Amino acid sequence: MSDLTKSGGPRPGQGHFLADPDETPLQATDTLSANSEPSSLWQDAWRSLRKNPIFLISALMILFVLFVAFFPGVFTSEDPNYCVLSRSPLNKGTPPVITGYHPWGFDIQGCDVLARAVYGAKASVTVGVGTTILVVLVGGVVGALAGFYGGWFDSILSRITDIFFALPLILGAIIVLQLYKGSESVWRVVVVLALFGWPQIARITRGAVISVKGADFITASTALGATRFKSLVRHVVPNSLAPVIVTATVSLGIYIVSEATLSFLGLGLPQNLQSWGAQISSAQSAIRTAPMMLFYPSAALAITVLSFILLGDAVREALDPKARKR
Amino acid sequence: MLWYIGRRLIQTIPVFIGATFLIYFLVFKLPGDPVAALFGDKPVNPAVAAQIRAEYHLDRPFIVQYLLYLKGTLHLDFGTSFATRRPAIDSISQAFPVTVKLGLMALAIEAVFGITLGVIAGLRKGGIFDSTILIASLVVIAVPVFVMGFILQFLVGIKLGWLSPTAGPNAPLKNLILPAIVLASLSMAYVIRLTRASVAENLSADFVRTATAKGLSRRRVNVVHVLRNSMIPVVTFLGADLGALMGGAIVTEGIFNVQGIGRLLYNSIRASDSVVVVGTVTLLVVVFLISNLLVDLLYAVLDPRIRYV
Repeated sequence: MSDLTKSGGPRPGQGHFLADPDETPLQATDTLSANSEPSSLWQDAWRSLRKNPIFLISALMILFVLFVAFFPGVFTSEDPNYCVLSRSPLNKGTPPVITGYHPWGFDIQGCDVLARAVYGAKASVTVGVGTTILVVLVGGVVGALAGFYGGWFDSILSRITDIFFALPLILGAIIVLQLYKGSESVWRVVVVLALFGWPQIARITRGAVISVKGADFITASTALGATRFKSLVRHVVPNSLAPVIVTATVSLGIYIVSEATLSFLGLGLPQNLQSWGAQISSAQSAIRTAPMMLFYPSAALAITVLSFILLGDAVREALDPKARKR
Repeated sequence: MLWYIGRRLIQTIPVFIGATFLIYFLVFKLPGDPVAALFGDKPVNPAVAAQIRAEYHLDRPFIVQYLLYLKGTLHLDFGTSFATRRPAIDSISQAFPVTVKLGLMALAIEAVFGITLGVIAGLRKGGIFDSTILIASLVVIAVPVFVMGFILQFLVGIKLGWLSPTAGPNAPLKNLILPAIVLASLSMAYVIRLTRASVAENLSADFVRTATAKGLSRRRVNVVHVLRNSMIPVVTFLGADLGALMGGAIVTEGIFNVQGIGRLLYNSIRASDSVVVVGTVTLLVVVFLISNLLVDLLYAVLDPRIRYV
């Protein structure tokens, strides 16, 4: 609130009819070019993301983890399944002759901790990315259809979502994984986590679609002759993606933690597959003698999850015009 | 308000039926024969198997089985355990109070510490305290609960010896403190972040500016206007979280040897004791639905706009 009498503006009493001069700088509108491309929400977001150090660091960390997952051989020449019991920290007898480079030491089975952590990245990343893709596909379709068509169709889909939502992720996954012993692969865990993870995305998508479908540009596209389905696919969905992508990014981290928890309970990935969860689980029994064995895989997992959460946060902030710093 | 409560109650019924059906279907209809599993590696005796099937109505059509189970559930009769041959309700009613105690303690911890820290951080957004709390909460979210459990059990329970590292049967309340802290830690981090964001957002809201403009003290503005409005999403989260806490108890109770529902459920799943599994999960779903219902009612009290929708 400016002091109008001092600034020599309108006389007392007239003030509230006029906008404060600072609020509408006319010069700013003059500099706009009518021919320039209108910048979309995503372009604006990208511009502010590029300058955000948190986004850059977390994106770099994620790229690094992906690189480790795809090319584990670059980071260690050890075989993660080559284990010699005499190298175990529990071995109180004569220390074995150790050759090679083992910066993170050995676990109780005498396997190289670094090699196991490096090769374990693949399983965790696969579970995280795979589950997220599946969850976004299923939850996104259900949520978009429910939100867009509304009515009894929405009621039915929303109740189905509620039913699956009533079973906590880990609880549902434990039951199915224990009872349904199918193929021992990563995809089994992915499908089970997605089975109980999709309601969250469905709810978010439904909310976003409902808030977008009443917008003027949807009415405009209908007026221009677009069918309902076409305006859903072409206009509503692209414009309600932002909150879905943000939630999915954060959930990706949660799925990685869930896989670790399931592997810790002995229900996740089979023992012969390297994973951070299995590694942490096997380290727990030696927490008193070799605490660092627990530390390394936990830290790898925590840093990966943290990177995804921070990335999601940064994207959320960039997509929210209110929070964005110009 | 009555209309709102009634509508909300009616909405809960199909979800209860659907969720119990889902559990029942998952446990009894998935590939794998629960009766055959009882025999372990021994050959299945057809006469005994048929008798067990008849006793558990497994010879009836699936939908009849489910309806019989639903009828039993409404009478708090979950059937007889496959493994112990005792009524499932016995083991459940023995374990349930322990988990309720653990869950409520965890809920109290996350509510008190989560909201307090979140409010302070939100009121001083951008400060050192805020940044520290924000980073700490992120680290707690990123570290799996069981790792947190091991570390706290090792440091606080064994190294420092401040609190009992395990609970055991008939555990006194003080032995449940450490597991409750571990159980609460993840949700507490979310509560802090949610409260902080909510407070910070409301601080710049128009109604807060109006309240300040009409001359209210800063304290009154913060407590009456900012806090009450910031609590709406937090209360929603806390209520929905009670169900998640019960589920999370599986891991925490395992680490700290708490003889609660989570442990019972885990052991029953391991022993393929389908009756106890279904009974326990049904109970957890009921807790989840009731707490969500309570939250929605509380929500209507906190935000008058919702009642009239």
